[in-house]
Amino acid sequence: MHTFEFSRPKDAAAAIAGTAEAKTAQQGADMRFIAGGTTLIDLMKLNVETPSRLVDINRLPLDQIETTPDGGLKIGATARNSDLAHHPAVLRSYPVLSQAILSGASAQLRNMATTAGNLLQRTRCVYFRDPAMPCNKREPGTGCPAITGSNRTLAILGTSEHCIATNPSDMCVALAALEATIHVQGSKGSRAIPIGDFHLLPGSTPNRETVLEPGDLITHVTLLPPVAGNKQVYLKLRDRASYEFALASAAVVVTIAGGKVTRARIALGGVGTKPWRSPEAEAVLIGKTAGAANFRNAAEMAMRNAKPQSENKFKIELAKRCLAHALQMAATS
Amino acid sequence: MSDDDLQSCPPDPTRRKFLLTTGTSVAASLAAAYVPVLANSAPGESEPAPPGARPTVEGAVPITLRINGKDHQLRIDPRTTLLDCIRETVALTGTKKGCDHGQCGACTVHVNGRRVNSCLTLALMHDGEEITTIEGLGTPDALHPMQAAFVAHDGYQCGYCTSGQIMSAVALLKEPCGPDDAAVKELMSGNICRCGAYPNIVAAIQQVRKNA
Repeated sequence: MHTFEFSRPKDAAAAIAGTAEAKTAQQGADMRFIAGGTTLIDLMKLNVETPSRLVDINRLPLDQIETTPDGGLKIGATARNSDLAHHPAVLRSYPVLSQAILSGASAQLRNMATTAGNLLQRTRCVYFRDPAMPCNKREPGTGCPAITGSNRTLAILGTSEHCIATNPSDMCVALAALEATIHVQGSKGSRAIPIGDFHLLPGSTPNRETVLEPGDLITHVTLLPPVAGNKQVYLKLRDRASYEFALASAAVVVTIAGGKVTRARIALGGVGTKPWRSPEAEAVLIGKTAGAANFRNAAEMAMRNAKPQSENKFKIELAKRCLAHALQMAATS
Repeated sequence: MSDDDLQSCPPDPTRRKFLLTTGTSVAASLAAAYVPVLANSAPGESEPAPPGARPTVEGAVPITLRINGKDHQLRIDPRTTLLDCIRETVALTGTKKGCDHGQCGACTVHVNGRRVNSCLTLALMHDGEEITTIEGLGTPDALHPMQAAFVAHDGYQCGYCTSGQIMSAVALLKEPCGPDDAAVKELMSGNICRCGAYPNIVAAIQQVRKNA
């Protein structure tokens, strides 16, 4: 691990001021905020992350989870994943978020990992994690050995000729289906970013994963008030029953009235280069009977543009069945 | 185990104390062998450290870590993980290093009563917090009920993962967990046992939960 300077700012403004001169907030950042550390320390040990300055934000008052006056939810940046998953308001109104978080990592990691850290979780692509290998995400321009190499767990949606790395988060998939908003405080003021705009597709710059700029501090995430009568399910399929990343997952938030789907929000995990919202699949369902045939149609639509790699063609059918089954579970819950 | 325990090793030493003291003397003899070489190559640069003095590390920072109810005032390299600090600096070797990447759970300790992977956090981040390791749970004469249950149910073979398993299991008692074995297995999935003692580990935990 490279050496670094460690500091603990007294407030958010000091944290932002202390990192605003960083060259980038993306891969290769020379300054990093640290909260849970479960991704950052791991990658620093591998020399994938080599910040020269670490700014510890654990003692800033950013860990609150509270209902908002409009009936929504405000989730602090450093709220621990386990606290969020077990929060009464989440269990009551946003069960898909609780299910998604509890399906990821281990109890120990969930006690450490934070909301903002999970939003910034890095890919598990083995080439990204190994500095001895080329990787366009880690070192732009060096190539992507995954395309012709070990890619069984990698993405089939949103890939480019430069990168096929999967976004590994479960939490973000649920947040995408819940249309969360990410609140960022930066050196030029505050802004609210819809989760769909927060993560970037790899394109020709896979080293840029989010819209964050130097000094940007995620302060909290907000959720809209729950839609009355909606049904929520997170279904995750993986190589072992627990403590494993998704091969395919689906977060569904649907409202069904008189046997017909009146509202649907669908997002997929384990298959995309970012948490993958599928408006196409949602559109297929609106006004249709909540049944197996239409659920399968929605799943076909969600995977319409899937592009398999040499080892992961199976993911297309797996993701379709995952989504169709999640919708069935929601409809019958 | 305190430093005093190490210095007054009993006539019938335990395997752990034997290894710890042997390790210390190996390190000491290596240092003795290298000091003259260093002195010859860089004459007059520094006096040899007095016997027993801790080596100074460039860039080391002072912290106070509260482990098992006792404050330790330390100077550490900022890169030191909580795991390495507990094992190497404070010499509490009950906490184990397995994968060192948060994948095996051998390093599980409690911070403010919650279980965490001590390999994925910096010691520096836990200044003033309440840290509990396996040594703070029970003693050979007064085992924690979970330690006793692991013995009764033979919840280990080689024992390397055991301290992490027990720290996880004790924390689980205070977490939301369904009554059946499946719920326990799910919440214990962050602790890998390569010997495969899982059925006995689950039985031990369930016995403690039943008696609680």
